[in-house]
Amino acid sequence: MTTWTFFVTHRAEILDTTLEHLTLVVIAMFFAILIGVPLGMFVVHRPALRRIALGVASILQTIPSLALFGFLIPIPFIGGVGRRTAIVALILYALLPILRNTYVGLTGIDHAVLEAAEAMGMTNSQILWRVRLPLALAVILAGIRTATVITIGVATIAAAIGAGGLGTFIFRGVAMVSDAVILAGAVPAALLAILADLLLGLLERRLKVS
Amino acid sequence: MRQISASGRLTEIPSSLPYPGLSIETNAKPMTSPDPLIEFRGVTYRVPLMNRPALVSNISFAVRPAEMLVLLGRSGSGKTTLLRLVNRLLLPSAGEVLVEGRPTSSWDPIRLRRGIGYVIQEAGLLPHFTVAENIGLVPALENWNAARISARVEELLRLVGLDPAEFSARRPRELSSGQRQRVGVARALAADPPILLMDEPFGALDPITRTELQREFSALARRLGKTILFVTHDLREALLLASRIALLEAGRIVAVGTPQEFLLLDHSEVRAFTASLIDLAAERPGASS
Repeated sequence: MTTWTFFVTHRAEILDTTLEHLTLVVIAMFFAILIGVPLGMFVVHRPALRRIALGVASILQTIPSLALFGFLIPIPFIGGVGRRTAIVALILYALLPILRNTYVGLTGIDHAVLEAAEAMGMTNSQILWRVRLPLALAVILAGIRTATVITIGVATIAAAIGAGGLGTFIFRGVAMVSDAVILAGAVPAALLAILADLLLGLLERRLKVS
Repeated sequence: MRQISASGRLTEIPSSLPYPGLSIETNAKPMTSPDPLIEFRGVTYRVPLMNRPALVSNISFAVRPAEMLVLLGRSGSGKTTLLRLVNRLLLPSAGEVLVEGRPTSSWDPIRLRRGIGYVIQEAGLLPHFTVAENIGLVPALENWNAARISARVEELLRLVGLDPAEFSARRPRELSSGQRQRVGVARALAADPPILLMDEPFGALDPITRTELQREFSALARRLGKTILFVTHDLREALLLASRIALLEAGRIVAVGTPQEFLLLDHSEVRAFTASLIDLAAERPGASS
């Protein structure tokens, strides 16, 4: 069977799996942003905490993804086999780029602007919400973009712990020694990643304040 | 008796002068006494926890109401540090800085800063705000209503020579550097603070624009009667603008006087400054700094 005919005959299943994959990514990214951005904002004025947060996120990033999925299985509440565990692992992976870019974006602002804001009598929280955050938005979004692309890739491995998604085709294809089946997982995953990168890139450009 | 009381009233007039051009929209406290608005008493500042020499040492001087005191000095002489001590961006390591008679350490920093306009070299306009939003920021922080803010913004734009219809909606990046400084001055005046701090506000401008802004600002400052502490390394600018000049050298004030007195002072650093002006004028006629 050629790759093409496999794609055509299994198009419904490929589409379902792609949507399943996308759902994993969207849920994971939602929580990663919900944790990463506020955490980045919180550590701006707290250097000790910042080192810990960035350190932990960096270490998480260095754990091979398959191993991270494995490590989580025995942990109570968040562990076990299935989607929930996979989402937790994906959140942990996505955290570093979001956290780091949030921090870098919030701190990499023209010194004169921050000094003027402070000298005008803005409180720290007013400076954070009305000056730092709007000016950091493009950089934060760049982090979200990186994290999204990584998550789309890593989510293929979630199939190894029974979370479904496009990895299902890839693992099945490897077992069957079938390029067609592997590609049925790999091609949509690659397309998703490119699409996400393009769309978020567009949004990023619109948010940039020169 | 009447004559005496009449002359007694006369002496009070400067403190109650209605300044032309000063808006009625004011939250500036009326000056009740001729006491200095800003006073340094034996102030030393060193960076906390760092074993470095003090940035400024044993500084004492006072800025009288409606005076423009220019702090003149080379780069690194501690001028900016002195400004930052006034609006409590820094607290003195020793001595005290008094604003309206109260040490800055006992002021709420937010209240203190909202009563002090601040203009810096690169203007420091918020790049994501329009010109109108930048100027209206402090009034907005002070919860003025929108109509009052927009009227004030319009008034200030006219005051600094920018057409409100043309400039209100622009962003800082759509302005020339001279226009940005004008907006910076307007922003500092927005909530009508009695005190202005200015840190080389015209330093980054081309010589022609700089001279224009210096002249206009000099006239404006006299008209508004603000108490101004102005930092520069440009003797020409100091001579043009100052009521009095205080010369800083390596973190110490080495001379204070009116521009006329200043030029006659016999001090090596004064001579260094005057020599630079004269030499430059002789070597390059027409150059401005």
